[in-house]
Amino acid sequence: MTARAFFRRTVLLVLAAACCAALWTAPATPAVAAGLITDGSFHDDHTLSLTLADAMDAGWDGAGKVTVFERTSPDIPLTVRSVTFTPDRRELHVAVEELVNPGEAYVVRLRDCSAGGRAVAEVDYTVRRGMLAILVTIILSASLIHNFVFTRYLGLCIFFGTSGRKETAVGMGISFTVVMTLSAGFIWAVYNFVLKPLHLDFLQVLVFVGIVAIFVQFLDTVLRKVNPFLFKKLGVYLVLITTNCIVLAVPLILVNNAYDMWESLALALGSGAGFALALFLMASVRERLELADIPGPFRGLPIAFVVAGLFALAFLGFSGLNLG
Amino acid sequence: MEGNYTVLNRLTNGIFKENPIFKLALSMCPAVAVTNNIRNGVLLGLAVLFVQVASNCTVSLLRRVIHERIRIPAYIIIIATWVSVIDMVLAAYVPAVYKEVALYVKLIVVFAIIISRLEVFACRNKLWPSFWDGVGMGVGFLFALVMVGFVRELLGSGTVWGYEIVPFRPFFFWSLPPAGFFAIGLLMALFIWVEKKFEAWQQKRKEVRP
Repeated sequence: MTARAFFRRTVLLVLAAACCAALWTAPATPAVAAGLITDGSFHDDHTLSLTLADAMDAGWDGAGKVTVFERTSPDIPLTVRSVTFTPDRRELHVAVEELVNPGEAYVVRLRDCSAGGRAVAEVDYTVRRGMLAILVTIILSASLIHNFVFTRYLGLCIFFGTSGRKETAVGMGISFTVVMTLSAGFIWAVYNFVLKPLHLDFLQVLVFVGIVAIFVQFLDTVLRKVNPFLFKKLGVYLVLITTNCIVLAVPLILVNNAYDMWESLALALGSGAGFALALFLMASVRERLELADIPGPFRGLPIAFVVAGLFALAFLGFSGLNLG
Repeated sequence: MEGNYTVLNRLTNGIFKENPIFKLALSMCPAVAVTNNIRNGVLLGLAVLFVQVASNCTVSLLRRVIHERIRIPAYIIIIATWVSVIDMVLAAYVPAVYKEVALYVKLIVVFAIIISRLEVFACRNKLWPSFWDGVGMGVGFLFALVMVGFVRELLGSGTVWGYEIVPFRPFFFWSLPPAGFFAIGLLMALFIWVEKKFEAWQQKRKEVRP
């Protein structure tokens, strides 16, 4: 190993470690609360608790000044039953009528409050579990519980087209995951920094599919020049990816759920992994089916569908998995 | 390759000879996912029919303008435009049914059947044959969705289009989502079987009366 390669590898490792450490310790939301609220957590089935940086002033009792809503539906507020303080007035318990689901993200909004001599007109805080827990949940849910092929029934054309051999299945799985993750990150940025501020939401479909098409073309060109070996292995699948439903479904889902960037990347990674898993399972079975004695009309695709149905039944079992 | 295409020829081609789902096996995602009753199937089938016909006509009119190198992105933009149109129309007029199939309506953009018809047929033919090709393919797709939806709704909940046919649920299994795979597999096999019998019968008739 040359000194340069060693240096490059070390830098990469350190960067990766730093990213992991930052992710692990990062609070779920950045300091949007202007420093007033330092932490938020789920207290019990009906209560969210917030920790404040300073003791809240005595005059503020929270009546009518606290709103809670789910991040995905800001127009539908939950019914706030009571707001209570701990004796030192540095912790706030907000009880709501509805059952609180720790898998969701809730926004708590306080109005006209003052603490430690500072008055704040309005402050939002998003209460949810730690980042790592959320990411793991999203990845597991996208790859197993809501597996795109077997429980959401998307990407079937490519699925039946490339699951004939294990080798093609692995190639397709890998290139799909890579394209999916990269384009989801890019689409997230475009949606949040361009489409949303300009109120161009209705152009969603047009823009997303355009981005994916351009992205695939770009990757095709770059890979051809930079790494001809990899291109030879994966190039064939790249073009196919443009017509894969999942590549469009993931952006639509992440926009629907108002995911942030890490969550979007996790969703993309999870769905890619789930698709690769499905492809590999199916390819293993179909290689064996070639030797089996199947009735005439069922040869080829029909029997593949029946097998996929069996897999889908098996994956139905994952729906009982509780990640809460 | 501007051959002689009659209306009837285009229609039967789309419905039987090259049926998008049972023969070409393209765009099967909605066929599995939304066909647990006929109503969803019909709605999605109509949406696909509209998008297929509209984009076939558009591409056929623009076939001398679109440069060959950029044809795929161009086709995708055309399809996406028509999909946005039908998406908004459905969301406005039939919100109740639309809610169930919303994701799949948006996903029509990436349905392989539409882009493959543009690539194979519409970009080489005049407006009129392209129009009928689109109608044939769209109706073939609709036909397949309705068939799968009919089987699953009848067996799963004992109803057809919401009307009760048998007063109990014969096989609840057919209402479960995975049954879509089984239904399509079985119908596909049936389609192939019938076609083989039909061909054998035609062959026989030819031999008897040459």
